[in-house]
Amino acid sequence: MVSKMNVFINGEPHCFARSISISAMLKELRLMPEKVAIERNLQIVPRSLFSQTELQDGDRIEIVRFIGGG
Amino acid sequence: MQDKPLILAGREFSSRLIIGTGKYKDYQQNADALKASGAEIVTVALRRVNLSDPDEPMLVDFIDPEKTVFLPNTAGCFTAEDAIRTLRLAREAGGWSLVKLEVLSDPKHLYPDMSETMRAAEMLIDDGFDVMVYCSDDPVFAKKLEDIGCVAIMPLGAPIGSGLGIQNQVNIRLIVEQSSVPVIVDAGVGTASEAAEAMELGCDAIITNTAIAEAKDPVRMAKAMKHAVIAGREAYLAGRMARKLYADPSSPLGGLI
Repeated sequence: MVSKMNVFINGEPHCFARSISISAMLKELRLMPEKVAIERNLQIVPRSLFSQTELQDGDRIEIVRFIGGG
Repeated sequence: MQDKPLILAGREFSSRLIIGTGKYKDYQQNADALKASGAEIVTVALRRVNLSDPDEPMLVDFIDPEKTVFLPNTAGCFTAEDAIRTLRLAREAGGWSLVKLEVLSDPKHLYPDMSETMRAAEMLIDDGFDVMVYCSDDPVFAKKLEDIGCVAIMPLGAPIGSGLGIQNQVNIRLIVEQSSVPVIVDAGVGTASEAAEAMELGCDAIITNTAIAEAKDPVRMAKAMKHAVIAGREAYLAGRMARKLYADPSSPLGGLI
């Protein structure tokens, strides 16, 4: 059975065809793990756990990085 | 004559100028201004990645966090909870605990909400952060922030981005006199003379973003700020002459022909 994963990333709906880890999600989004920080359902996911953390249906993910600011 | 270094949370810095990384034409210009300024610390913001453009230029590709200290801010946060959420993510992104806390109120003046700032500072310090705190130029709040353990007190000189210069010299001086942690004027400096003025009041450093980024030649203004901060600091250490109401000739009056 194929279980689709519907998640929100930075407030936008995203659908993955299968269960997926944070690392795999970043790869699909073409983002480099060392340049971002991730929050999943308001909890920070340490970078060391990206590969072993699987997204769950309905997760709310925030992916942030440093930008210019004062 | 050697000055003592600026010490923030146990780390020594030789530059007393901290610059922002917002509002520049591009990150390359920002990096060039940083070089000209001699600053060792830059303020940075944390925002969502742009998912539609994964190849967008990244700040870290132009300013190396291994060589320049990134000071994450909480700009755009209006509650203690927003600020803490942002800085926990920043700590995860960069691995640093030295942060700039700013909890804002009305977007019109961007004055700090001091009760929320106090609450956020306490929570962050409990969580292990070294908090440099943007605050009003009120000596009473400044003292309270120092007492709860903030590592630097950062009163505004004027509203953020206004470039109006130091509006209340008396308050800045009072904060400098009472503080045993570094006092850094954060916001309001518009040009080099105003940076020097803050330093002459005895501030330990200044933070400036817009004054450099919105100068017609930002790299040149960065250089001007570098010299202004050094000049102001030296003048403060030297101690200015007393003000007199009337003229006092510099050449001897005796021996006139």
